[in-house]
Amino acid sequence: MPCCFPCAGTRQEQRAKGRQISTLIQVSTSQHPDNRPTAKPPPRSEAYHADVPLNTTTQPSLGRARASTSGHGRTMLHLTTGRLGSLLTRRGIMALTTSNVRMASHGHAVEQADMSVPMYCDRIDTPLPDRIYKDELSATEKSLKQKEKGPWAQLTDEEKLALYRISFKSTYAEMKQPDGEWKTVVAGMLFFFGITGLIVIWQGIYVYPETPHTFAPEWKAKQAQRMLDMRVNPVEGFASQWDYEKKQWK
Amino acid sequence: MFSAVVRLSASGVRALARTRPGYTAPLACRCYSHAKAETDEEFDARWVTYFSKPDIDAWELRKGMNTLIGYDLVPEPKILDSALRACRRLNDLASAIRILEAVKDKSGPHKEIYPYVIQELQPTLKELGISTPEELGIDKV
Repeated sequence: MPCCFPCAGTRQEQRAKGRQISTLIQVSTSQHPDNRPTAKPPPRSEAYHADVPLNTTTQPSLGRARASTSGHGRTMLHLTTGRLGSLLTRRGIMALTTSNVRMASHGHAVEQADMSVPMYCDRIDTPLPDRIYKDELSATEKSLKQKEKGPWAQLTDEEKLALYRISFKSTYAEMKQPDGEWKTVVAGMLFFFGITGLIVIWQGIYVYPETPHTFAPEWKAKQAQRMLDMRVNPVEGFASQWDYEKKQWK
Repeated sequence: MFSAVVRLSASGVRALARTRPGYTAPLACRCYSHAKAETDEEFDARWVTYFSKPDIDAWELRKGMNTLIGYDLVPEPKILDSALRACRRLNDLASAIRILEAVKDKSGPHKEIYPYVIQELQPTLKELGISTPEELGIDKV
């Protein structure tokens, strides 16, 4: 790397160099000491744009984003570089947005359940949920509800079933059905084991250095012989397993 | 100040020496609270009264049932009878059937509890015209 400061030269040369350096410092679009032109950093004062209306202030980009002209601040987010940064920015915006409209990953808005009103749930530990299942009843269902106000013995089995299905989505038997989720779990687990296995194999080929020469069978044999010669762990360990008379393992 | 400390510690030692024999019998004194434990009959009576309220509203029925099912017990037939009558007052047959399903689920592995409960509730079921989940075929998928 060529240094900025002059090596020993004549006094005149040194003074000239000094002047050169001060002019270098003053110029804003300066040339790098090794004469490579650098790009101007993008103007940070421009507003960033999101592809859904944001209720909150915009978040600073984590990647290198080139902002388009400010306008209304609600046009597409252009992220030309730093893909990971752009992904993180989207997720960051999703976390911050306070509107009811959810930012779906395919672009358009998706209706989310309104959690501020009583919700229906099928739970075996909550037999009677906060509201009935069907909000809008057809004409027959409404007349059935009227009939329910009278003696229940007058209702047929089908009518009783219909009344049950108006109030509840699943019966207890349907709720307790085995759903086979475990198969998805095991499959996913094995899938990720497989990916890990591939990574490990790749690592063994491309990352590990050469196996040391001391692992060769010939070397290991000589090493074992040396260990026996110096009686390594002769009481209960290595050398105790060798029969020195018969010159074989016990 | 120092003499006061000595005086205090001396009396403390004496007090300890006096009360020491009391600690030699730990089993005789258990650390239960001194509140009176509710008996089973009191528990049942309380819940029967809860569901017997003449102008019980739908929320109270739901709250009562969900709480009752949350306990580690299968409700007595008399509590369930009271709850089913509350369903009748609220014109809610679906909840009545749901209550019976919940009781069967609460019995867990003890398969003899549910038939006993249904047997005890037969007069009420007949009187109010409530069908059991088995009669409607919803006990199976």
